[in-house]
Order: sequence, then structure tokens, then C-alpha cells
Amino acid sequence: MGRTLAEKVWDDHVVRRAEGEPDLLFIDLHLLHEVTSPQAFDGLRQNGRRVRRTDLTIATEDHNTPTLDIDKPIADPVSRTQLETLRKNCADFGVRLHPLGDVEQGVVHVVGPQLGLTQPGMTVVCGDSHTSTHGAFGALAFGIGTSQVEHVLATQTLTMAPFRTMAVTVNGELPEDVTAKDLILAIIAKIGTGGGQGYVIEYRGEAIEKLSVEARMTICNMSIEAGARAGMIAPDETTIAYVQGRDHAPQGADWDAAVEYWKTLRTDDDAVFDHEVVIEGADLAPFVTWGTNPGQGVPLSESVPDPASFEDPSAQLAAEKALEYMGLTAGQPLREVDVDTVFVGSCTNGRIEDLRSAAAVMEGRQVAERTRMLVVPGSVRVALQAVEEGLDKVFTAAGAEWRHAGCSMCLGMNPDQLQPGERAASTSNRNFEGRQGKGGRTHLVSPQVAAATAVLGHLASPADLSDVREPAGV
Amino acid sequence: MEAFTTHTGRVVPLRRSNVDTDQIIPAHWLKKVTRDGFEDGLFESWRKNPDFVLNQEAYKGGTVLVAGEDFGTGSSREHAVWALQNYGFKAVVSPRFADIFRGNSLKNGLLTVVLPLQTVEALWQLAESDPSAEVTVDLVQRKVLAPGVEADFELDENARWRLLEGLDDISLTLKNEQSIADHEAKRPAFKPLTQQL
Repeated sequence: MGRTLAEKVWDDHVVRRAEGEPDLLFIDLHLLHEVTSPQAFDGLRQNGRRVRRTDLTIATEDHNTPTLDIDKPIADPVSRTQLETLRKNCADFGVRLHPLGDVEQGVVHVVGPQLGLTQPGMTVVCGDSHTSTHGAFGALAFGIGTSQVEHVLATQTLTMAPFRTMAVTVNGELPEDVTAKDLILAIIAKIGTGGGQGYVIEYRGEAIEKLSVEARMTICNMSIEAGARAGMIAPDETTIAYVQGRDHAPQGADWDAAVEYWKTLRTDDDAVFDHEVVIEGADLAPFVTWGTNPGQGVPLSESVPDPASFEDPSAQLAAEKALEYMGLTAGQPLREVDVDTVFVGSCTNGRIEDLRSAAAVMEGRQVAERTRMLVVPGSVRVALQAVEEGLDKVFTAAGAEWRHAGCSMCLGMNPDQLQPGERAASTSNRNFEGRQGKGGRTHLVSPQVAAATAVLGHLASPADLSDVREPAGV
Repeated sequence: MEAFTTHTGRVVPLRRSNVDTDQIIPAHWLKKVTRDGFEDGLFESWRKNPDFVLNQEAYKGGTVLVAGEDFGTGSSREHAVWALQNYGFKAVVSPRFADIFRGNSLKNGLLTVVLPLQTVEALWQLAESDPSAEVTVDLVQRKVLAPGVEADFELDENARWRLLEGLDDISLTLKNEQSIADHEAKRPAFKPLTQQL
């Protein structure tokens, strides 16, 4: 029987396989950031261990970093200590680090791919659940905990329990106003936040093949929100073109050998998935979450659902609690929900294409008076590219705040937070209670919906904007 | 890692599904660089409500948390496991755990037990009618026992052995040094290195 893409990549990394034991897998790339690594380095020190492969390890600072006044000392002493700890650990153990202020600094899942360090067929891990992002290249990429970070630092391997395979096939084409973010929100709403538990999801089908690599990253990024172990998309010409020429892309004969290998990384025709989900691309529409987990979403054109409409009693209870927290009423049209803050950024939607699509909506328009808009590029490189294209000016002319790169309001570990009761439309990945600040209320949306929402001050898509653009050139 | 064989303690009933790790330990606690001192951050936001189960006198000192499905979703933060342990929990029962949380728990000796929703409901009702009732989580027999409740649970044999023995994963892996070196020797030359170019 044939093998799936995930099984092929897995098999190529098995260091040791023994009956009754989890496989020991070799890890090709280990990404580090300041939040989940300090205790791991401490563990190495306590046991007199070194980092086995500093040449497969790279660190950056993202979760804690401020997005304003980055040339000044970090005001929060606890954040500052954590960043200083990473700097000391990287210096002591010989790990390459891109700290705040460095041109390669940024959200770890934006930095890896842009350096060309993420390539098809690799195993990639990071102490961060959104490591699934790298699956967009046909890599097998897992988020891990700090004990596993220490294990990878010490051994460059990980013991991994076997996984099941799921195919999510998206047929046909996506409507013009539907983005990768809308698609993945619709997928999570369909399979649920636990539906992917134990699975590696492979996204396939015509609609997926037509997506850019950055859009594919948005899809794979949120696999974890469906509970999946990882998400993957088979590498193709689009992937190869994206990797080619990047700093760490193979060169010369190595490039040819790599491409030859990458072309074998497809699910065999006779391979069987443990579970299959099929979605018709044409049925999709701009999507938005109304609740407090990423599976609680509906098309933007709909209304807040009635908890009683859920059959499962625990889904009913979850919906009731979510509406109470979100300050919403069943039956309220989502387009009538006023929004205080719009956040564009994160490892989900903080890349250049995301900024371009938000800017295209903002151009010649103004952020609504009742609303503030934060635009936080995913990395310094993304920021520089955006400045080169004049996108920063589009945002600032519209009244939005153009900030420095980092995780920022996605999780509010730095000063970028919602106030209690404040409502946000956010291009990030989690609408959990308090995720973006204590008492903050989050609606997950695409960059286009975020931008249209900023202009109108309530949840909206670009289609709602026809009359408010000022004449071109203004 | 601390070994886990069997534990008897009182149940804390948490009637919620989708308890994500942002609820278990909010992000601002993650700035700490140690593995301890997270107990006050556990369920920080919900604990502001005086009716929350951890604030009820009857459930003080409970050591077995029983929650709805999809416990530990979201962020991979191992701090969620440390917070539960720092607070005093020895085991968590749920119909379904998020994978990363489950892996983290078993690496720290916090036993995560998967039981069907009906059994979880029975444990909730037991704890709600008699908060002093005790439950035994027995990893040797793979059984959960409480007045009126007897349930077997699954845990793969390897994970169970590591827990029972309190084994350190890294030491076990380092016994395979030769296999790791052999794999490294045959890795293709086109794979990227992180060293600055």
C-alpha cells in the first residue's frame, strides 16, 4: 500500500524503531524563542549537557518584544529578564540568535521560512504550538513543550507517538472574496477544536494547490486550532519557487538533488487516509468567529447562533458561556457588531501578502472614529518590504498605527493588549477568553475583513465598503 | 521526573469543555524563567469569580481535576502543567486532551486520564453531592475507583512504564547515541544548516 506525505517524511527521519516503543525521530530544524526555552537550557546546565547540533538550531525574540520604542530599554523588568536570559543562553551554548533590533528578528514562524530554513521534507520543531505553520512547505512540523525543547537541544531527536492521517480536500476554486483565513476558519468550524486530535492533516485539492505559499502557511498555522498534531501541504512548483534563492536554500548540485527529492513528497495514489473531509471551495464566504474558541465561527453574513440550536449539550453550554463572555446576543447579525480595535499581524497573518491585502482595502479610506487599528508586521524583513512598497504610509494615512515586528496583541505578552470589555477583530489565531488582554473579546478574521472592519467600525467585509473610498490619489 | 504509581485524593469538578492553556495559565505568567511559582496563576481569570470551583471551601485541597472534553487546547506552554502541579493537582481526568498538553503532562508526572463523558459526569455528580468523596487513580491497574465509579483507562505501555519508573527521557534517548550518529552520517547534504552565512 502507498504512503501519505506525512508518512514519507516521518519514515525518512526514524532514528530508531522498536516494538512497543514510540519512534525516535531526527529533527532537522529547531526554532527557539524566549518564552519556552529558559527552563530547557536550565535543564541542560543541571545535567552538564550541551546543545548537540547548534548548526540546526536558531533563536529569535518575539513573544515579549515591544512594538514601540524598541531602541529603549524594555520597561517591564520581567520581560527584560526573559529576553536577557535567552541572550545569555544562546551565548553560553553557541546558538545563533536574532534579538530585538536585528534585521532578521521577528515572529519565529515568519523568520524560519523567510530565511529559507524551512524546506520540504524536513522535520521542524519549536516550543510553540503554531510550528504547524511550516507544514505549508511539506515539512512535518510540531509544536512541543519545554521538556521536549530540552530533549531536542540535548539529542536533536524526539520520541513521537504514532499519528493518524486525515485528508482535508478543498475542491474547486475559492470565491474571489474568500481568503486562506476564511477557509481554515471554516475547516475548524466543521471538524471542531478536538476533531484533529491525534491526526496529521494533509490539505489538498484544487483550491489548496492554487494558494500561494504564504496563504498555505495561514492554513497550516491554524491546524493546531483543530487539535491536529500537524498540518501539511505537498510541495509543488509554487513551493520550490518560493524557496529558491533564499539565504539558506540549497545551491548548485545540492539544489538539484533537493528538488528531485522534494518531487517525491506526494501522497501516493493508493495511500489510504484514516479520515477524510471534503469541502467545496465555491460554498465558502468570509468567515468570522463569534465565540471563545476558534471552532465557534460562521460566515460573516450570518447572525450570532442561538446556543439552543446546538444538539450536543456540552456545545450548548460552551456557546452559552461564550456569548456571555463576548457580550453578544443570539440572533444579532454579525455585521452589526461594533469593534473597538483591529489587529493585523501574527504568525497567522503577519506576512507581506497579508499586509498588502489589508492595505489594498485601506487605501484612500480612514479608520472609523470609534476604532483603533494596529498593524504589526511579522518580521523586520516584512516591515522593510512593506515600507519599500509604501504600505506603511497607506496604513498611517488611514489613521492606523504602524508598529515594530513581533507577536504583539496576538497574545498580549507585551504592552499591546485589549482592555476589559474591549472588542477586537483580529487576524491572529485564538479567540480564547483573555487571550489578547484580560476581559478582551476577540473575533478572528482575515486581513481583508480586518481592514473593512476598521473602516466601518463594525464587522464587515470589503464588499460592504463600496461607497466610502475617497477618490484615488487623495 | 517524579514517578506516578497510584494516587488517592478528592475531586475538583470543572464543568467546562475546551479548557485552553490560556485559561489554565495566562500569557503574562509565562515571563517567568523557572518551573515553579505558577500556582497563583492557575485559572487566574476564573478565580476572580468567588463561585468558581477552586474558590469553594469544600473543594480546597482537591488533587484530581475532572474536566469536560478538549482539555489543554491551544498554546504548547508547559507552564500549564507546572501550574496545575504547583497548585497541588496530581491527575486530570477528561474525555479528550489536546495532544501537546497530554505529552507535556506525562513528561512531568502529571497523570492525564481519558475517560468517557458518562464517567466524567458520574465523577462530577459524586464530587458535587459529596465534596469529601475520594477517588483513586491507579496507574498500576489502569483504573479509576470512587464510590459508585469503577472505570478502566488506556495509556500506552511505554508512557506508563516511564511514569511508573519516573524515568528521564533524555537519558533514555542518549543510550541510542550510535543510532543518532548513524542517522546524522547519512543525512543528505542539501539539508540546511542554521549557521550564519
